[in-house]
Order: sequence, then structure tokens, then C-alpha cells
Amino acid sequence: MNGAPITSQEYIQHHLFNLQLNLHNFTLSNGGFWTLNLDTMIVSIFFGLVFVIPFYWIASRIDAGVPGKFQNFVETILEFVDNTVKETFHGKSPLVAPLALTIFIWVFLMNFMDLLPVDLLPRIMALCGFHNFKSVPTADLSTTFALSLSVFILIIFYNVKIKGFGLIKEILTKPFGPWLFPINFILRLIEECTRPISLSLRLFGNMFAGELIFILIAALLPWWIQWVPGGIWAIFHILIISIQAFIFMMLTIIYLSMAHESH
Amino acid sequence: MEIATLIANVQGYTAVAAALLIGLASLGTAIGFGVLGGKFLEGVARQPELTPMLMMRMFLMAGLVDAFAVISIVMGLYLFFASNPFLGAVINAVSKQTAGQ
Repeated sequence: MNGAPITSQEYIQHHLFNLQLNLHNFTLSNGGFWTLNLDTMIVSIFFGLVFVIPFYWIASRIDAGVPGKFQNFVETILEFVDNTVKETFHGKSPLVAPLALTIFIWVFLMNFMDLLPVDLLPRIMALCGFHNFKSVPTADLSTTFALSLSVFILIIFYNVKIKGFGLIKEILTKPFGPWLFPINFILRLIEECTRPISLSLRLFGNMFAGELIFILIAALLPWWIQWVPGGIWAIFHILIISIQAFIFMMLTIIYLSMAHESH
Repeated sequence: MEIATLIANVQGYTAVAAALLIGLASLGTAIGFGVLGGKFLEGVARQPELTPMLMMRMFLMAGLVDAFAVISIVMGLYLFFASNPFLGAVINAVSKQTAGQ
């Protein structure tokens, strides 16, 4: 980075490292399991605040008469999420719609970091003295697994809460009837365990892929032509980031509604 | 010379693996999107008033179809451009051997 020419391979490698904090001795190094990805934490918390503070601000001074532009915008999003939840989720729960809204907007904002130029934030951080900085939190497995494991815990919680002892019956008798209960149990176990994994890997894979393609464009092409493939991919990527945020929200609602339905 | 052969061997297999990853992934999504889009058009032709709902569902499914193909394509691209862990292992082993001699 010190002005010396670096190969494209080094450039790519450099962009795939997180800014890591070793929790054993609190230095900026890799501590195996006890490693905190500082950049992921900072950016995701920042976007959490970007979502929560304006929404709270607008909700606390809501104007029933003539809504302002920002209030209109917030209401549009809210109605969209609310309609989606109403269509898919047939139980009654005070949690699902706020959860869906949070996931949708938060994941969308974190995905949106992908559309910033790949070198913008890392260069700024390099000026401040931090040499590794990955600006997309959802291109980090820790974020996506944190999200999906929270959803997974909620699924289990609501399964137990709504169905009670009926859950045991459901696990043992679906889908093949009571006589094949070991197979039913194993199938159910696999089904439940694949949910958080597929949920998080889907988001991670898409975001990582998008970022890697931006990095490849930046690494392998001359500077004067980069805007063409970069621009095309960025436009296509707008679709991908919204769809991925939407899918994450949608699958969360679907899983929770499955947990609420007793058979 | 032997080392060059070894490295060429690993690189060749890696290229085949990456090509399979990318090719099969795109084949799978191509078929998936074909079926998905065809059924969507059929549905719209049958009941045009359901278009917005079907469109939303189609995009949802498109994202689901996309996801695993994207993961496999990224693994392929990673093998191609970023770093090749298999080659790293070979080079490590070779350097250990030459250091031992």
C-alpha cells in the first residue's frame, strides 16, 4: 500500500481480510476463535443506528395531517412490510412485523455498502492507519450467521411456546406417520438445522460474490475502462441486494408462521 | 523440474474444478430461471390480475434459485483469481522438503 506496485493477487487478498481484534490480548491480530471483526461491528452498528434513530424520530412526531416527505417514505416502507407480513403470517404476534421491518432495512443498508466503490472506505481507513478494512458487513460470515441464528432461536422459542407438548407429537408423526418415528425425527432435525445455515450462506454468498466481482473488476482491468463493467454490475447489484434483503425477511416470516401453525 | 510438474498438475486440476463449479452453477440457474420465467408467464397469461403478486413471488424464487449458484461461482472465481489453497499446500510441502535437504 505504500505506493509500491502490488500484484492483482495481493490486491484481492488484501481486500478479503477483516480488521480483526484479538480478544486474548486486545491487539489487532487474528486470535483464532476469539477474534472480533471490528470493521463488521462498526459498520453494522452504524447502520443499525441509521435505521433506528430516524425511524424512532419520525414515529415519535408523527403527523396525521400533512405528512412530510420523510414521513411518507417511512410509511411506504412500513406499509410494504406490513402487507407482506399480513399475506404470509396468519397468526397473531406483536413481534413478527417489527422483526421483519428491522431485518429488511438493516440487511438492505448493510448490503448497500457493496455499492460504494471498493477502495473508498479502505483507503480512508488506511489514511487513519488501519490497513485492513472490509466495508460490507454482510460479506462476513459472522454477521449473516448472527442474524440467522437469532432467527433460529426465535423459531425454536415460538415452536415450543405455541405448540407445547404438541410439538413432540408433530416431530415424531410428521410426515410419515407414527410408525416411522425415527425417520420423522431425523428428517425434522435436518430440516431445522439447514434453515439457519442456508439462510446465512445465501446472504453471505451473494454479497461476497458481488464484492469479489467488484474487486476483480478493480484488480484486473485498466483504470479508464473500469466504470463500464463496474457500472453494469452495480446496476444489476441494486436488484440483488434488495432481493436478498427481501428474501431474508420473507423466509424469516415464513419460518415463524410455520412455527405458529399447529396441525 | 519435478516441482514444476507438481505445480502444473495441481493448477490443472484446480482449473478443471473451477470450470466445473462455474459451468454447472450457470447451467443449473439457467434451467431454473427458464422454468421459473416460463411458469410465471403462463400464470400471468392465465390470470393477468394476479401479476403483482406473482411478480413478487417470482422475484423471491429468483433469489432462492440464484443463491447457491452464486456461492459456487464465487468459489470458482476465488480458485481462479484470489488464492489457491491446494497450491499453497504443495508449495509449503516442497519448501519444507528442500529446507530439510
